[in-house]
Amino acid sequence: MLDLLGIVILFTIVAAIVAIEMRDILGVVIAISAVGTGLIIAFFFMLAPDVAIVPIVVEVLTLVILVKATLRPELKTFVGNRDFFGLMVTVAMLLVVGILGMRVFDGLPRFGVPVFASAPNTPGMYYVTNGLRDTGAANIVSSVILDYRAYDTLGEATVLFTAVMGAIAIIRKTARKAPSEPEVSEWQD
Amino acid sequence: MHYALCLVLFMVGLYGVLVKRNLIKIIVSLVVMESAVNLFIVMVGYRLKGIAPIMDSTIPPDQFVAASVDPIPQALVLTSIVIGVGVTAMTVAIAMRLYERYGTYDIQEIRRLRG
Amino acid sequence: MAGLGHGGMTPVVRTTAGWMKGFILVFGLYIVAYGHLTPGGGFAGGVILALAFVMLVLAGGRERLPRILSLELVAELDSIGGLIFLGIAMLGMLPGLGGVFFNNFVVKSLHIGTPFHVVSAGIIPLCNISIAIKVASSLFLLFMLLILLRGVYTQEDTRA
Repeated sequence: MLDLLGIVILFTIVAAIVAIEMRDILGVVIAISAVGTGLIIAFFFMLAPDVAIVPIVVEVLTLVILVKATLRPELKTFVGNRDFFGLMVTVAMLLVVGILGMRVFDGLPRFGVPVFASAPNTPGMYYVTNGLRDTGAANIVSSVILDYRAYDTLGEATVLFTAVMGAIAIIRKTARKAPSEPEVSEWQD
Repeated sequence: MHYALCLVLFMVGLYGVLVKRNLIKIIVSLVVMESAVNLFIVMVGYRLKGIAPIMDSTIPPDQFVAASVDPIPQALVLTSIVIGVGVTAMTVAIAMRLYERYGTYDIQEIRRLRG
Repeated sequence: MAGLGHGGMTPVVRTTAGWMKGFILVFGLYIVAYGHLTPGGGFAGGVILALAFVMLVLAGGRERLPRILSLELVAELDSIGGLIFLGIAMLGMLPGLGGVFFNNFVVKSLHIGTPFHVVSAGIIPLCNISIAIKVASSLFLLFMLLILLRGVYTQEDTRA
C-alpha cells in the first residue's frame, strides 16, 4: 500500500515527533536535521532537483545556528506542557484542522495527474512548451524564476536582505553593551 | 494518500507550536510546519513516470512536453525555502536575546518575570 | 561552549580546510555559472560560497578573520549585489532595449547566444551571479555575527 515515497514521508513524521518530544536540547537539534534529510529525499522522488539542492546547503547553516543558540553551560532543561485547558483546546483545534484538510483533498486531482496537463493553455503548459524558445534557457525552473516571474525573485531577495539585517540589528545591541569584548569595537558607529 | 501524510506532518508541527513551553521547541516546530507545506506544494505538480523540467538536446520537445512535471510549484517552493531561512535566523536571534535578558527559554517563566 | 571560534581547531583540521577551500569555491561557482543549464542557480550557489568561508573561519579561529575577509567589505558586497540585480532589471526599461521592466533584452533585442551553451539565456546568468553575491555575503555576515562576536555573556552584563 505504501510505496517508497510514503515510507520516506513516514520517516520524516517520526523524526518530527521525536524532535518535539525529546528532553535533551541537543537531540532536538539533531532530529531536525533528520526531518530536513527526509524532506530532501522526498524532493528527489518528486523529480525536483533544483528545489532539493537548496535545503541540502541550508540544513548545514541552520544546524550550526541552532547549536550555537542552545549549547550553553548554564542552560536549564525542563519538561512540561501548558495547562490542561489549553491542551484540550489544542487537541480540538487539531481535529478541526485535520478534518477540514481531508475535505480539501477531495477537490484536488489525484496524486500523479497534475492540473496543468488538463488543458493546453494553462500557464505551466505554456512555460514548458515555449520556455526554451522565449528565453533560451534549458532549465525551465530557472527561466520561470528569473524571466517569466522575475518580479517575485526581486521580492524574495528583498525579504532575505531585510530578515538578515533585522537579525543583525537585534544581535548587535547586545554586542555593543558588554565591556569585556574589545574586538567588537569595529562595529560601533 | 500521500497528501494525507503531508497533512499529518503539518499537524505535528502545529501541535508543537501550540503546546510546548520551550522556545527552542517552538522554533523547531515552525521549521517542521514550513517543511510540510513546501512538500505539499511540490507534490501537487508531480506527474507519474515523468521527467524533471530540465531540457536536454537529446530529448525531442514533444516528448518533453508530454512527460515533464509542473515547473511553477518548484519555482514557488524555491522562494519559500529561502524565506524560511530568513525567518529561522530572525527568530533564533530573538530567542538568544530573550535568553540574555531573562536567563531562561521557558515562555511562562518569561511572562512571569516581565511582571 | 563559550565563544565558539576562540583559538580555532587542531592543525590537522586547519590544514585540511586549507586544501578543501579551493574545491568548494570552484564547485559553488560552477553551480552559479551553469544555473541556466543544470539544476542549481543563484541561491544554492551563494549558500555554498558562504559556507566555504565559514569553514575557513571556524577552522582557523577568530583571530584569523581579518586575514581571510574583512567584514566591512562583505557588507559593501551585499548591497552591491542587490543594486546590480536591480540595475539589470532597470536596464530592460531603456527605449532601445524594449521598454518593459525585467525585459530579457539580451535574447529579445540583442540576440546574443545559442541554446544549450553557456553563453545563452540572456540576463539569467547575470542575475544568477548577482543573486549569488548577495546571498553569500548576507549569510556570511549573519553567521559571523551570530556565532563569533558574542563571547560569554551572563545576565549581569546586559542588564540595562
